[in-house]
Amino acid sequence: MMDSELAALYQDVIIDHNKSPRNFRELEPPRREADGYNPLCGDRLTVYLRVEDGHIREVTFQGSGCAISLASASLMTEALKGKTVNEAQALFTQMHALLTDRNGAEGDVELGKLEALAGVRAYPSRVKCATLAWHTLQSALEGEHESITTE
Amino acid sequence: MVVESAEVLRDFPDAATLRRDFPALTQSVHGHPLAYLDNAATTQKPEAVIRAEGEYYRRDNANVHRGVHTLSERATAEFEAARAAVARFIGAAEADEIVFTRGTTEAINLAANAWGGANLGAGDEILITELEHHSNIVPWQLIAARSGAKLVVAPIDEDGNVPLEDFSERLNSRTRIAAFGHVSNALGSVNPVAEMTRLAHAAGALVLVDGAQAVGHLPVDVGGIDCDFYAFSGHKMYATMGIGGLYIRAGIAADMPPWQGGGEMIRSVSFENTLYAEPPHRFEAGTPNVAGAVGLKAAIAYLDNLGMARLAAGEDETLEYALEQLRSVQGLNLVGRPAERVGAISFTIDGIHPHDLGTLLDHAGVAIRTGHHCAQPVMEHYHIPATARASLGLYSTTGEIDQLVAALNEARKVFSP
Repeated sequence: MMDSELAALYQDVIIDHNKSPRNFRELEPPRREADGYNPLCGDRLTVYLRVEDGHIREVTFQGSGCAISLASASLMTEALKGKTVNEAQALFTQMHALLTDRNGAEGDVELGKLEALAGVRAYPSRVKCATLAWHTLQSALEGEHESITTE
Repeated sequence: MVVESAEVLRDFPDAATLRRDFPALTQSVHGHPLAYLDNAATTQKPEAVIRAEGEYYRRDNANVHRGVHTLSERATAEFEAARAAVARFIGAAEADEIVFTRGTTEAINLAANAWGGANLGAGDEILITELEHHSNIVPWQLIAARSGAKLVVAPIDEDGNVPLEDFSERLNSRTRIAAFGHVSNALGSVNPVAEMTRLAHAAGALVLVDGAQAVGHLPVDVGGIDCDFYAFSGHKMYATMGIGGLYIRAGIAADMPPWQGGGEMIRSVSFENTLYAEPPHRFEAGTPNVAGAVGLKAAIAYLDNLGMARLAAGEDETLEYALEQLRSVQGLNLVGRPAERVGAISFTIDGIHPHDLGTLLDHAGVAIRTGHHCAQPVMEHYHIPATARASLGLYSTTGEIDQLVAALNEARKVFSP
């Protein structure tokens, strides 16, 4: 039997997105992309974005990692599609607070299904699993390590 | 004789009895009795070690090799007695063949820098194996980059053994040193170190053995292995963190320059000319971890009292039980099937990432290590990013193995609802 803290971490939605990650594919160019790597646990993700007129038209990912990192990436792609870049930035800030702030996220952005990730707050060693996809997104948006392909 | 051996077994305390000597093992984690199966990362400490270090600080604490006052004399005597105990425990001929270090990593860095710095040049080769822990790879890469020497790697087979013919093929007249583990931390494979040493010596190379995973599990005899360097950590043999050592065969150390400068390692210092102390003090710059050495001596006394051969036999029985039980878990894949195994079992479970497994098991009171175990080349060999690893100590019981297996079956239910 799972205790309640563990059940809060491995909610059905996490198990489901780990088993069948959404938008789990490479995006055809033109695209932006960024790689995320967690050297401590070996989780590796690539996030692909197609941004047109300040809107995220497509967002996909590929990679390998634990259930928390895969579900976080999968839920992220679902949440971002159709958002403006500004809305995506606001969501990033809100998610960062949700995952790392002991008081939880305080903001006016609707998190919806993403709330399922709040359970990692109780697991300091697992927070990085959940934030990996979001930091990778940030770097794709900011174009820090992006490789923009226009073909 | 039957009666005699039965008596030996009866007199020998079982793991459940030995556990009582280790205060950390009596706790509960998430409401379950702790099943500590992460001994390859570090072992727990017996009361005797904790007490010895406490008593050292309560009574004898002083700096060593310099004061003439009573406490300094006592501390120095304790420190040197620990050196002699280590020498005897691993089969070194002389106490002065033991250099105290912070642990295995520092010991290998010492050998690579002090011996390698003076003896390696362009065109020379350093032979390691694919099985090595990062601490027996990176120090050699660093000295290779500085000296122009080349790092050569002997591969492992599918089972996680180093085939001797592959090792032998990579030895040649340019090989100056072969460095390999005694026991793999990732897979538990035991290397035929004496045979590998003989092959390396025949090619004219020196030999360093990384004994981090062996010293707490097997009787170690550096004389029997005939190696030139043997590196180990105290904290993997029931002593505390921050103490370990490097055995350097007599005669080799005399020609090795120091690798760190400071107090303790000199004979005389002037701005024109500094003379270095003889080994082992030449390699012990600065104030050493005297309390750690005192604790290490206590750990050795604890192990000697029980007898390493008997401990090894008891642990081996539990390991066999663990292998048998783990094979019964559906979807579990053992990683590596070494011909001879000590201490550790690596595995994966279909559909569950090792890190999730680590968290799920923790909630069942079971402590295991998950990740690449600082042996990324081994993970690459098996095309996996990580494994779960259960590793045993002298106090590991079949009950803990049952707790592990039950927790693994529960974890499978969480991931296949």
